[in-house]
Amino acid sequence: MIDLDFTESLLKHFTHVTKRHHDDCLTLDCGESEVNKLFLHLRDEETFDLLVDLTAIDHGETAEFRFSVVSHLYSRIHRDYLRIHSICEDNESPKFPSVSSIFPAANWHEREAFDMFGIHFSDHPNLKRILMWDEYPYYPLRKDFPLAGIETPLPAADVAEVTNASVDPAPMMGGPFVASSDGTMSESEPRAKDESWTEESEKPS
Amino acid sequence: MSTKTVEINVGDIGARGAEASANADSEKMALNVGPSHPTTHGVLRLMMDLDGDVITRCEPVLGYLHRGDEKIAENMTYNQFVPYTDRLDYLAPLANNVAYAIAVEKLTGIELPERCLSIRVLVCELARISSHLLGMGVFGMDAGAWTPFMYTFTEREKLYTLFEELTGARFTTSYTRIGGVARDVPDGWLDRVTHFCENLPKAIDEVEKLLTRNRIFLDRTEGIGEVSKEDALAYGFTGPNLRASGIDLDLRKDKPYSGYEKYEFDVPIGTRGDCYDRYLVRIEEVRQSLRIIKQVIDDFPPGLWYSEDAKKIFAPPKEKILTSMEELIQNFMIVTEGPQIPAGEVYFEAENPKGALGFYIVSKGGGVPYRLKIRAPSFCNLSILEKMVPGHMLSDITVILGSLDFVMGECDR
Repeated sequence: MIDLDFTESLLKHFTHVTKRHHDDCLTLDCGESEVNKLFLHLRDEETFDLLVDLTAIDHGETAEFRFSVVSHLYSRIHRDYLRIHSICEDNESPKFPSVSSIFPAANWHEREAFDMFGIHFSDHPNLKRILMWDEYPYYPLRKDFPLAGIETPLPAADVAEVTNASVDPAPMMGGPFVASSDGTMSESEPRAKDESWTEESEKPS
Repeated sequence: MSTKTVEINVGDIGARGAEASANADSEKMALNVGPSHPTTHGVLRLMMDLDGDVITRCEPVLGYLHRGDEKIAENMTYNQFVPYTDRLDYLAPLANNVAYAIAVEKLTGIELPERCLSIRVLVCELARISSHLLGMGVFGMDAGAWTPFMYTFTEREKLYTLFEELTGARFTTSYTRIGGVARDVPDGWLDRVTHFCENLPKAIDEVEKLLTRNRIFLDRTEGIGEVSKEDALAYGFTGPNLRASGIDLDLRKDKPYSGYEKYEFDVPIGTRGDCYDRYLVRIEEVRQSLRIIKQVIDDFPPGLWYSEDAKKIFAPPKEKILTSMEELIQNFMIVTEGPQIPAGEVYFEAENPKGALGFYIVSKGGGVPYRLKIRAPSFCNLSILEKMVPGHMLSDITVILGSLDFVMGECDR
């Protein structure tokens, strides 16, 4: 476990690092400017050599700082995790220094954060989408992205016909199963596309 | 009958070969493997450049099974998300359920009764055995050995029968609830588990006889896909893959949860970190899991299978909902508003068959998580491919992918 001495000696090294309230593991706030230095120090001096997770949080459009990046490091000596919160200062086009040169594991995690939240990691060797396809225009894990997809002025006709929502097609749309967003429960159940008729409505010819 | 001889000019074969190898630098072949290919065990796609049979570049392309689980989690209550965790690593759903439940329980600070903890350890280890049986069998098949697969699948089938009896479902079990498990173990079920565990070592021995000293298997796996200790850590390996590289990180030992500290077991580690070591580590982990299961069953505590403190989270028993006003209201509140979880953030990792499955949950209070991040071991274990694969032959790809034992459902989420 991490003791108080460890925390205090760590905080002495860095001017932009502060401790924050935590329930499970030691949690630090770190300014953007010192992220690389802090990660390097933790890896080389403090045995936190396993970056287990790196992700982002969207605090909502009204928040003063909308995006923050959260990393979890694990030390096999302390047998404990360490959480690092960092705020992205720019709300419109969030930027963050990449730590993938220190932890290669961060490479894909940062690509995912870019893909889902649109945070640009500077000096990242290969910053492109990882889970969504390359041409996808939105950042789906942002809080203003609706679950059904974004309304567009030019919706796909087949999608609008089935779902009554003016959205771009989801990747599976037109696939083997369709579901409609309204109607009775028996009508809105996902069903095979070529069986989308009920007793009341005729089979489309 | 007259015969006619036609002379065909084939050119100088030797000269053509020399010309081809002189141009080899510029003539790399691009090869796509996947997204739907038996080698990739799901929907992984590899974009590769080949120089003859040697791979010079390998870029994994993910996302073909992306379902937006994290977005879905933000739009439903904590209890409703339990079945979604089944679909992460669909070869060990029981272990995923447990990892998710413990993460939420850490936010609320509920203490679970002994019996519940024992059941959870038991199902986690059974899930590990089931996942490793598949992993080993399929790995053998990737290396060209069909028979071991038949042995491991027979045993896995028996396990699924046990799961069905316990949970009502064979694959997507959704057995764990936040604050307990769905139901107590059925009568006589533990005896049937014991019976299964007594017979499993025989099947494992058979598999070992077929593979472990098999010359062809050794030739195909030894020294292939080596990952050094440093690389394994740097690229965020966890689970059997990390231990095969010689690092003894097992969260069951290092950060015990759900009462793992009570049980005696060894953590096998490898020396070289090649495909063969990863196979050996998995074989030994199955044996160690059997040891844990024996200890759990020998000392199976009486009591409840859910926490009585978890009144605002865990739905009360059905017969009480139908007969008692208070339980009816309690159930109504859980269903309509979700379990009331205090504000805070938590990160919890469990040692799953594929590696450390982590849940990072940010709660702002109420019944729905504000942010839920799934740290999938398969996702992290794959990112090394870009570095590890170049220099290997094309035929090694099947073995390397098989030995990493990943699941795309978890990788793409």
